[in-house]
Amino acid sequence: MLNRFIGMPPNASEHGYMIDHMLEFAHWFMLVLFVGWSAFFLFTIFRFHRSRHPKADYHGVKTKASTHIEFMVVLVDVLLLLGFALPLWGKRVTEFPKNDAVKIRVVAQQFTWNFHYPGVDGKFGKQDAAFVNSGNELGLDPNDPAGRDDIISKNELHLPFNRNVILEITSKDVIHSLSLQSMRIGQDAVPGTLIPIWFKPIRAGTYEIICGQLCGLGHYNMRAAMIVESQEEYDNFLKEAAQLSGGGAAPPAPSSEGTAPANPPPSTTPPGQENLKVPSVPNPAEQPAGAPMQANPAPGGAPASGGITPGPHR
Amino acid sequence: MAQQTAHEAAHHEHHHEELGFWRKYVFSTDHKVIGIQYGITGLIFLFFGFTLMMLMRWQLAFPGQALPGIGGLFQKIFGDKMVLPDVNGHPGVMTSELYNSFGAMHGTIMVFLGIVPTAFAAFGNYVVPLQIGAPDMTFPKINMASYWSFFLGGVVMLASFFCPGGAAKSGWTSYSPLANITDQVPEFVAAHPVLGLIFNGQSMWILGMVFLITSSLLGSVNFITTIIQLRAPGMTWMRLPFFVWAQLVTSFLLLLAFPPLEAASIFQLMDRVAGTSFFLPSGLIVNGAQIHISGGGSPLLWQHLFWFLAHPEVYVLILPGIGIIGEVVANNTRKPLWGYKAMVFAIFVLGFLSFIVWAHHMYLTGMGAAVSAFFQTTTIMISVPSVILLTALILSLWGGSIRFTTPMCFATAFLPMFGIGGLTGIPLAFNALDLYLHDTYYVIAHFHYIVAPGTIFAIFAGVYHWFPKATGRMMNQFLGRLHFWASFLFINGIFLPMFLQGMLGMHRRWYDGGASYDISKAIVWGLSGFDWNKVISISAWGLGLAQLPFIFNFFSSIWYGKAVGRNPWDATTLEWLAPSPPPHGNFDHAPEVHRGPYEYSVPGAAQDFIPQSEPTSPTAPAAPALAH
Repeated sequence: MLNRFIGMPPNASEHGYMIDHMLEFAHWFMLVLFVGWSAFFLFTIFRFHRSRHPKADYHGVKTKASTHIEFMVVLVDVLLLLGFALPLWGKRVTEFPKNDAVKIRVVAQQFTWNFHYPGVDGKFGKQDAAFVNSGNELGLDPNDPAGRDDIISKNELHLPFNRNVILEITSKDVIHSLSLQSMRIGQDAVPGTLIPIWFKPIRAGTYEIICGQLCGLGHYNMRAAMIVESQEEYDNFLKEAAQLSGGGAAPPAPSSEGTAPANPPPSTTPPGQENLKVPSVPNPAEQPAGAPMQANPAPGGAPASGGITPGPHR
Repeated sequence: MAQQTAHEAAHHEHHHEELGFWRKYVFSTDHKVIGIQYGITGLIFLFFGFTLMMLMRWQLAFPGQALPGIGGLFQKIFGDKMVLPDVNGHPGVMTSELYNSFGAMHGTIMVFLGIVPTAFAAFGNYVVPLQIGAPDMTFPKINMASYWSFFLGGVVMLASFFCPGGAAKSGWTSYSPLANITDQVPEFVAAHPVLGLIFNGQSMWILGMVFLITSSLLGSVNFITTIIQLRAPGMTWMRLPFFVWAQLVTSFLLLLAFPPLEAASIFQLMDRVAGTSFFLPSGLIVNGAQIHISGGGSPLLWQHLFWFLAHPEVYVLILPGIGIIGEVVANNTRKPLWGYKAMVFAIFVLGFLSFIVWAHHMYLTGMGAAVSAFFQTTTIMISVPSVILLTALILSLWGGSIRFTTPMCFATAFLPMFGIGGLTGIPLAFNALDLYLHDTYYVIAHFHYIVAPGTIFAIFAGVYHWFPKATGRMMNQFLGRLHFWASFLFINGIFLPMFLQGMLGMHRRWYDGGASYDISKAIVWGLSGFDWNKVISISAWGLGLAQLPFIFNFFSSIWYGKAVGRNPWDATTLEWLAPSPPPHGNFDHAPEVHRGPYEYSVPGAAQDFIPQSEPTSPTAPAAPALAH
């Protein structure tokens, strides 16, 4: 109630309600303390103004009430900590769902979100920085069969609702932060690490994904869409995406192991074929004057804007 | 020891030779001159850092529109690459590069060149030796070195704006790897291999930090030694004014927290110029190509080293402020501080705990349950001494005879605003809630309530309070009132709406103020999140205007203010025993201390205050013990 009153948008994940409840409780607690303190404070500066109280009292407050109030504050803090904060966080990091979860890798780069689906085999292809080139931005090993059916989607994350989702998050260049505020979850994308988070979307819809950590000149516009849809729609998306990418994320290259950098894709392959490009979140046309935005292109590669357009997926 | 030194200095005063202008006012070793140098430089940097933000606020409220009026000048200063014309061809639209560099430099300047030098170094230098009855600091030459090291750091930081590529752009936190890979201009590096590596925004930022850290270390050693060694006879620990305690704890924080950042800064510099990889993991791909580094480092190592300084730094920013507020409140309520002992105890606990909470800035870096539980628990623990301090200050008002002098206005307003800052820290202390609030405007509002309406109001209170001591003249009260009410109104106009923006989910460091996001289009309290930017920006410019009466008052009062004697506020602490302004060596004769710091309205006394130097007599009886 208080959260909504000061602007918090609705929650869309299973665990999010608990976080909202805790925040609500914290806000009420803060409000009560602030109103209490302020009332005392305002009365005091009125009552003990020099004109109303010309001679100060050397001893001042003699009651022990403040000690009791402080003790209550500590108690509520401890309640928040032990009753809410520690269990909630424990659930986030120790109770990952086992088998039924949808697993997707999130690879951040300046200033694009790559979402890497394992494909029908459920396995991510091997990756190595040595294989990275303009046609294989995630450096999938072309010789690894597990990677053949992998799907990579730029700036658009599809999720089925009412299923547990595990996102494994990393970055290619600098620190980014995947902020899924509607899901009440976030995680820094730290290069050199692969960190999982999990949640369960419970409301279909399209939500914004924010980069929450300053990552360079295009940081302010490093946004992506999260589309939470029915299982059926999600399956259709995967099928279409797989067709579009020709059933393989990286074309098998006849390169021998260890010749880095990997060969560029054969010229017969349309560039970018293996990277399914779905239309990015439309750049806001209402940006007041595009001049500085356009004149100031992000050096980290094109801020993804539509590539090949697959058919509408719903 | 203390007595002897004070005595020697007093003796020395009778036959010291007259110093020339440069030794007296520029390369001075007198703590008061150094304090004033720190104060003026710090206030100028505060205004400069705020000016950067006023310019950024234009871009946030009206992204893509040229700055009105000063656009052409702005373009001349920062060049055609950094400032572009708008769609109509009017010059004056800052680029994302310039915006990010202003953002990084706003934080750096406010923290390291504005508040630390003003709240800690300026007031500390000027007031601490006077309050403990010392003729000067223990190491006057180190004190001078501290100021000039700080000055050099400031010059380096300012010069970095004019490097090829502009000033540092990676935030005041300078997270690696971003801070390692930015700000190298390839053509410049190719033309000047050595100079190109050093003369760029981020490298200059690091060099500037090294000077600033050195300055703080020299200063803090000096403060600790002075407070321990040079107290006047009779100035026992529990007779120290609260401000001195705050400075002592602050000095320890600086001394112990800064060296890790100094080391980390050098590491980052080596990463940039010498090809090391302290903070760079293997396999980094920038702009689609693998970068040539040895790899194997950790980006999180930088964050740990940085926040190991920067969390105690938060208390470095606020403790001197609380100290000033304590002095002003006791003096203007005409009664002792409530719970002096508890307050002293609280700042020690605060100082200690501030060293073990740093990772609460890193909740989203992927923390396990145990580490997270530790840092959440310590963070909650640190709220206890903070609550004690605020409660003690508010309870101190009760039973007083409150004089609303200009410093007292600022001190009174400090209390609820510091309260807002403290209370909004509660949700941020918890890892789970931080999942939503991390790096949103909620956080910005929270810490600015601590340092802007908090510390900066305390700085103003301190300036108005000690100005008559430093100049022998009062500042104008009407202009002071004007400054206070306008600042109070506008500063809340800036930071209160930020809580709403934060709850909407708007993040910090957005060059276009959130125009590209749908979440900033949601309406809260009648305006969209994005439109609240306009309210905030107008308040920020209003706050800028509100400083004009202060600037005018400050300078005109130096020459035309009402002349006053030694003790215009009827205060008890020792600085008011010295002449205004105090001469070299401070006191006419070495002071002796006979009582506690805040003996106001002692029952049976002839006046409503008894100075610390006053021996017990029928008109100045010994003060009864306080229950609190």
